[in-house]
Amino acid sequence: MTDYTKQIHRCFRCGYCKFPSDYSDFNCPSYTRFRFDTYSTSGRLWLIYAWLKGEIEWSEHLAEILYTCTTCKNCVEQCPMKFSSDIVDWIVAARSDMMEKEKGRIPPRVTSFLEDVYRLGNPLKERGRRDAWANGIKRYEPGDEYLFYVGCLGSYDEYGQRMARSVATLLSKAGVSFGILGNEENCCGNEVYLLGENELFGMLVEKNVQKFKELGVKKVVTLSPHAYNTIKNNYPLVSNAYFEVYHYTQLLRGLLRENKIKPSEHNAKVTYHDPCFLGRYNQIYDEPREILQSIPGVELVEMERSRENSFCCGGGSGNFVTDLLGGSEESPSRVRVREAYETGANILAVACPSCMTMLQDAIKVEDLEGKLTVKDISEIMVESL
Amino acid sequence: MTDIYRSIVDIVGEEHVSNQKEERYFYGRDPGLTPPHEPDYVVMPKTTEEIQRIVKFANKEKIPIVPKGGGLALTGLVIPQKGGIVIDMKRMGKILEVNEKSRYVIVEGGVTHGMLQNYLKKHHPKLRHSIPDSPAIATVVGNAVIHGQGRLTQQYGFNSDMVSGLEVVLPTGEICRIGSHSISSQHWFSKGAPWPDLSGLFLGWFGTTGIITKLGLRLYPCKKMRDVMVFLTDKIELVPDIILKLTHTEMTEDIVVNEQPLPPRFKGNIYILIIITGDSDEELDFKRKIIWDALWDIFESRDGGFLSVPADMKPPLLEMPSRDVVRFADVRKGGGFEYSGPIIPLEKYPEFIRKQKELVSKYNLSYAATSRVIAGGHCMMYAFAFTFNRADDDEMDRIRKALREAAEFSAEQGGMMWKPTIEEQKIIMKKMDPNTLKIMMKIKELLDPNGIMNPGNWEA
Repeated sequence: MTDYTKQIHRCFRCGYCKFPSDYSDFNCPSYTRFRFDTYSTSGRLWLIYAWLKGEIEWSEHLAEILYTCTTCKNCVEQCPMKFSSDIVDWIVAARSDMMEKEKGRIPPRVTSFLEDVYRLGNPLKERGRRDAWANGIKRYEPGDEYLFYVGCLGSYDEYGQRMARSVATLLSKAGVSFGILGNEENCCGNEVYLLGENELFGMLVEKNVQKFKELGVKKVVTLSPHAYNTIKNNYPLVSNAYFEVYHYTQLLRGLLRENKIKPSEHNAKVTYHDPCFLGRYNQIYDEPREILQSIPGVELVEMERSRENSFCCGGGSGNFVTDLLGGSEESPSRVRVREAYETGANILAVACPSCMTMLQDAIKVEDLEGKLTVKDISEIMVESL
Repeated sequence: MTDIYRSIVDIVGEEHVSNQKEERYFYGRDPGLTPPHEPDYVVMPKTTEEIQRIVKFANKEKIPIVPKGGGLALTGLVIPQKGGIVIDMKRMGKILEVNEKSRYVIVEGGVTHGMLQNYLKKHHPKLRHSIPDSPAIATVVGNAVIHGQGRLTQQYGFNSDMVSGLEVVLPTGEICRIGSHSISSQHWFSKGAPWPDLSGLFLGWFGTTGIITKLGLRLYPCKKMRDVMVFLTDKIELVPDIILKLTHTEMTEDIVVNEQPLPPRFKGNIYILIIITGDSDEELDFKRKIIWDALWDIFESRDGGFLSVPADMKPPLLEMPSRDVVRFADVRKGGGFEYSGPIIPLEKYPEFIRKQKELVSKYNLSYAATSRVIAGGHCMMYAFAFTFNRADDDEMDRIRKALREAAEFSAEQGGMMWKPTIEEQKIIMKKMDPNTLKIMMKIKELLDPNGIMNPGNWEA
């Protein structure tokens, strides 16, 4: 990426970044939530430029505007300019720059997130063992084909643990050779990177890569698209370490095609929510859908905004913990579950523990419990076996 | 100041008001070259009643108000010259009704063109509206208030000509209904005729006479197919005749005339984009033939010809809104462009393009000259468009000078500046018949006795 300070003034604030490609609604999560233009991508880019020029000073409000970006890449997808692919990198670079120049004056919740990752190895304030969920699941040993990287939410969050267990169940049933790191696992650092804490990210990468190498890991399958993204795309830039990285949906599709998993009749009307770090970041749109459609009796219906135009749940860039976009009926997760409900589906399928936790909470607030259930794709598959 | 803030919070809620530096900074600027001036408050109401309360309060306290849609006029029209309150209208985003039989839609004051386009495509595929070239975030009301143009302007006139009714909050806080729905609340088919057309008190006034909270807009048949033909000539003098011949056919949806130096293969030629529509291949073929025939003599004299447009070049030319338009802002890798866009008689086109080239050479600028034919060829909008790098102060200064010179030239030539900057408004008012100006000022004073609405604009 070219130095962002030399490029960021190129935004014309045309506003395409606020929309999906068909203009059906606003599609920038933080703009949807707050509705001041400052909370859109162009708002951020203009304010960052103003800060660089000394026209505005650092403030808590500026920090809030900067950190409510979920880095979902809708703007990257929609911006018509040649520099579009760099936009999120500019925002991340500015966060990093500001963190250094403004002596860490960032939103307290972001500070807490980063401190917890540094101190505890996770942002969830958890001090317990990372493998408490993994009753009976073996540790990774040299010679195993895959390291199943579970991540922080998979290790500690109630819904994430459920997902991790069902993925492990499917891998076991299909005879895949895999193991987990258990208590030796550490945070993947995807959010730390996006929040602009480069030093901590570097430390996490170093730690994880060292562990992977120690154990002779060649292939990694992740529960979370966030971990998938960072191990695949960011780790090589920092550590020169390349692993063969898969998201579990990629593996699962292969197992279905090879008939190693055979779902049976499972009647359900399902709509699928594309996670940003699978979809817009890594163009994985078909695999999750193919898995769902392989289950006899599953009717897959699309939400108005899907695939490249999917509407972020609001959890990216650490917001599944910091929740800077919460507290309103226009909070992205609440908007998204209403959209899912409008399809007539009874299951909202996810493939990401962050989306899972965001959307589960939204279902409760929107009073949709009993009408719409959030389930991970792996859980739906396990139920169909 | 705190009391004002609390009073506005009482109306719209804390989440929808800001007096913080960041919002004031952003809403104090637009993407063009007008110097910034920050508001004291940015407010996002949701209903007409909230707007009414804000206006009544501001009128009592004599606080300036600037209503803002997409903020894309590029000429500083929503930069609050005297501070006060900027009202961001985009939370008023409901499409209230589509009347398929009488072909109109009623929208709230913050509905964007993008959303209306999507809504019609989904729910009323046989109907369309005149989509402007401005980005999808431009609002229907904002576009009408500046007499915007769109893809149907060649056929039906300015987008403001397509308005079929208004609901306006007057500067003194009353709600006023304009057009057929003033006597029958459910019917929004005419903005005035056959009676006095009071919409003229609000369209073209840039929010200085009231805030439009609802707007009726005519819809038009949406044909199943569209195609683009490109006619090329290097004879500037022929352009008015070519347009005359094209408009005589009454076969075209849109006619746009382009001249630009980049990419280099475009240099020295005038490209006339001719959009046609039809419900069948036969209809399109027929129109193509008529258009070919209309320009045959020019082709035969070797003064022009049709460009063969490869299939992959057509989608960007037909795209609505055209994303290519905003890419012009990145030609200098700097995020900016502005244009002075006078409405001119057709026959003046050659003089204007010569003037633009003179300015380009004098000030060393990157440019594009884009013109759209209006209402069957009675006039056209000519854009002296220049792109700039926002990090290059010298270049921006040169463009300001060029635009000033363009505006003076336009006024001398009898052109009517479209969405004029405050500087251009002053040029216009100086040249305007004194009695015309007097009427304008009387109307303004009558409607806005305290001068709170978008002050600085249309001020003699």
